Amino acid sequence: MSEPLTCDVVVVGAGMVGAACALYAAREGLAVTVVDRGPVAGGTTGAGEGNLLVSDKAPGPELELALLSNRLWAEVAQDLGKPVEYEAKGGLVVAGTPETASGLREFAAAQRAAGVTAEPVPADRLRDLEPHLAPGLAGGVHYPQDAQVMPALAAAHLLRASGARLLTGREATRVLRAPDGAVCGVRTDRGDLHAPAVVNAAGTWGGELAARAGVSLPVLPRRGFVLVTEPLPPRIRHKVYAADYVADVASDSAALQTSPVVEGTTAGPVLIGASRERVGFDRSLSLPAVRALAAGATRLFPFLAGVRAMRTYMGFRPYLPDHLPAIGPDPRAPGLYHACGHEGAGIGLATGTGLLIAQSLTGRTAALDLTPFRPDRFPPRAADLTRRTGAPSAEAEEAEQ
Amino acid sequence: MNPLERAGARPGPAFTVTFDGRRIEALPGRTVAAVLWAAGITAWRSTRGGGRPRGVFCGIGVCFDCLVTVNGRPNQRACLVPARPGDVIRTQEGTGHAD
Repeated sequence: MSEPLTCDVVVVGAGMVGAACALYAAREGLAVTVVDRGPVAGGTTGAGEGNLLVSDKAPGPELELALLSNRLWAEVAQDLGKPVEYEAKGGLVVAGTPETASGLREFAAAQRAAGVTAEPVPADRLRDLEPHLAPGLAGGVHYPQDAQVMPALAAAHLLRASGARLLTGREATRVLRAPDGAVCGVRTDRGDLHAPAVVNAAGTWGGELAARAGVSLPVLPRRGFVLVTEPLPPRIRHKVYAADYVADVASDSAALQTSPVVEGTTAGPVLIGASRERVGFDRSLSLPAVRALAAGATRLFPFLAGVRAMRTYMGFRPYLPDHLPAIGPDPRAPGLYHACGHEGAGIGLATGTGLLIAQSLTGRTAALDLTPFRPDRFPPRAADLTRRTGAPSAEAEEAEQ
Repeated sequence: MNPLERAGARPGPAFTVTFDGRRIEALPGRTVAAVLWAAGITAWRSTRGGGRPRGVFCGIGVCFDCLVTVNGRPNQRACLVPARPGDVIRTQEGTGHAD
């Protein structure tokens, strides 16, 4: 009986992005309720590595968001202390061939112009940074701004710090709209929650929640595996990955792609990512994917050949067709805000996203231009148009391809 | 009271393994964890951070709490590894790796 039926904003999704939205909205003095059909960090947040990377982003809106987010993460980590396992360890991107190395140097020069600290490392200095790295690499770039958190702990502690009301195990079945179209809350499987604002932080399921609000947002899953080794004494100091990873992240191919991303953790195990495949919501184990991860990591760090992988876990990285997230108000549904579609970068981009959402909610000027992240930037899908008009338009058919 | 009697089990002849140098008896088919438990040993690892004792938690290979060093190989799940005659089982300190 004492449960309040109203609040200022309902955040759907108790993952990292939802937690950051809750934190920054609460800091603006808003009364926040977070609702999730599963537990905290039960989706993509609990299935990632906790990368806070600027190194893998080309100059543009996503890099700006990453730089903003990295600054905010450092502040958040100061407030929350050790429990989120924040480590400003820096990244080291390595190239196997002279061609890749020169491409990497060009990429880094463009990033430097955009405000990234990117220090070229000649081949003979690589082992100063990473003593166990394989011999024969052609060179690399050191990115001191890259950092790491333990994502599930980070989501939980940010939620706690926000003071938001947390309702887990409760599914948002519909976003409620008033007759004038304005959002007025969410219907859940256990009652309605009334609020003038709803934030879609449903991650990979953000497209489904958008549909439950009557708007389309083409969020799709991209499956990724992470391999976990037995716990080891600290041997790998940075986030180390091969230059090909950048190309894989930006790729539009549906086929399996793996490029090794290797890092130690506070707890001891080494995490080995990152595979990407478009297979829908198929949760089955792919032996070729984890085998390719192990082989790639061993090429970078030969000592890993003698280390056992203890387990693997997988998750779905939510992506939008242009590989940028949807952040900000949805003009098609006043009161609906989106904060999803961050692909494999949602942990890193969560803080900036949370701040931008809080600024939007309170009508203040956003710290970044939200135009590239507009949730209504995609043409409606042919299927949606068919439903509405009976026949798909030529334009929509083109967009489907 | 003996669970072997209650289950009507007829295990093969016992063999010997060692735990930190001490000889203990093992029945065929038992995991390392079962052998240690049967000998009254409930902790065989110290945590990496606080050095606190650990043994079986889930018992089904999921939680990785029961890690132990068997025949020189650290980080094996005691609840899954079958005990074999002559196994040298040692308490695992931290990561179980020297450096």
